[in-house]
Amino acid sequence: MCGIAGLFLKTRSLEPELGSMLSGMLAVLSDRGPDSAGFAVYGKGTDHLVKLTLRLPPRPDAGGAVIVAARQFELASPIFHANHVIISIPADKVQAVQAFILQSPSLSGVEIVGRGRRMEIYKDVGLPADVAKRFDLPQMSGTHAIGHTRMATESAVTTKGAHPFSTGTDQCLVHNGSLSNHNGVRRELQREGLSFETDNDSEVAAGYLTWRMREGASLREALTQSLRDLDGFYTFVVGTESGFAVLRDAIACKPALMAETDDYVAFGSEYRALAGLPGIAAARVFEPEPATVYAWERH
Amino acid sequence: MPTVDLAEVKLRDLNGALHKLPRDTNETHWVITNPGGKHAIACGVNLPLTIEVEGHVGYYCGGMNSDATIIIEGNAGVGVAENMMSGEVRVKGDASQAAGATGRGGLLVIEGNASARCGISMKGIDIVVKGSIGSMSAFMAQSGNLVVLGNAGEALGDSIYEARLFVRGSVASLGADCIEKTMGAEDRAALEAVLEKAELTEVSADDFKLYGSARRLYHFHVDNVDAY
Repeated sequence: MCGIAGLFLKTRSLEPELGSMLSGMLAVLSDRGPDSAGFAVYGKGTDHLVKLTLRLPPRPDAGGAVIVAARQFELASPIFHANHVIISIPADKVQAVQAFILQSPSLSGVEIVGRGRRMEIYKDVGLPADVAKRFDLPQMSGTHAIGHTRMATESAVTTKGAHPFSTGTDQCLVHNGSLSNHNGVRRELQREGLSFETDNDSEVAAGYLTWRMREGASLREALTQSLRDLDGFYTFVVGTESGFAVLRDAIACKPALMAETDDYVAFGSEYRALAGLPGIAAARVFEPEPATVYAWERH
Repeated sequence: MPTVDLAEVKLRDLNGALHKLPRDTNETHWVITNPGGKHAIACGVNLPLTIEVEGHVGYYCGGMNSDATIIIEGNAGVGVAENMMSGEVRVKGDASQAAGATGRGGLLVIEGNASARCGISMKGIDIVVKGSIGSMSAFMAQSGNLVVLGNAGEALGDSIYEARLFVRGSVASLGADCIEKTMGAEDRAALEAVLEKAELTEVSADDFKLYGSARRLYHFHVDNVDAY
């Protein structure tokens, strides 16, 4: 099962509504995935600053330790959303800060969920509507966002297993389906220098796209190449700093529906997820074709 | 004429009300508003009602329909008119996958396109698609007529038993044991009857090609012994 959702806005005036639009979509998709939920929002970025999304372990001093670490590196105050924290770091300090997070005893258990100039990622277990509320998603603004509601069928209900998966700066992916050759692809990507946090097949798909784009491919080209190299069934929705894309496998095993208006492009596992969007009655509603890359880019 | 607003009324209550109607009911014309993509709208209706749905529906709308005429003024999700027995389901927009799956009778008209696996395992239903159909359509079809005014995707009629597949446009590829056949008088009469039922009398039967079973998969063949 699982539900996925995505929004790519074309009209600036809708940007403050992005979070509330996605929040509504995820709540409807609870029926397809009530165990956990996650979302990535592409909001405002600042030149020369990189945002790290951190997830805190369940101990009371973790938040304080992040504040102390931020002062130590002379960073702006961290921004807390429940058990997630956003820290903004000058680009030349990112590596040092990341190394510190992974090594410092005071920050043990703190996980780096995502890294991007504009992207922030939040994911947790629980009903999607509750997860969205916990992180204040309805108040978030931005240009595009993707989300996922999970019904765990083959592995435990954990935050690590929740989507989106991010394997590169400002890159993330949500997946509905199952890949059959992910172990082989993971080994090849590890030889190319990528590292993985989980045994999850979807993380491999994200890593594959990161690798292709690192080698110079556009998002569209990377997805086109994945049709040959990733085996299994899948619907992917992918975000990059300026791009948004959708791909289904050649059999189109998993459901997918899109709606496009002058103001936005929306993706949902089912029409129900799109039904509450503004102007939906006049939208062009269509089912993405199998093995066909749909990509949009902000200019 | 009952009008049911699904933004207000629970779907279960609507379907329950439709199922409880007596055979001689005077409430034969229903309008359903704000369907919002909900699943299983007007499933299992077994009276000659007319039901108009104003908007897009989710999965299995009109499933198991007997006798009712169900008109969807929008797109339909997966499995519209699944296992229909009789009556008519008409989709004004596009239909998702497995439209008319396992249908045993009645008429399904899709005015837009239908995606993959349209008419999968059809068992007597007539399906008319004004647009095109996706891949693996009429997979293991057993009887009935599938009429497509547009094009058909990959592997049309894979492992087909019987059923007539009429396509006016192109066919991307034929599935295992599906072949083009010469349209005989009986086939042509069947096509014309379906077009007439679907109110497409301006469409000429001459423009279609007929596809059906080569019947090579019906019996054990010694050349295939290695496959067992």
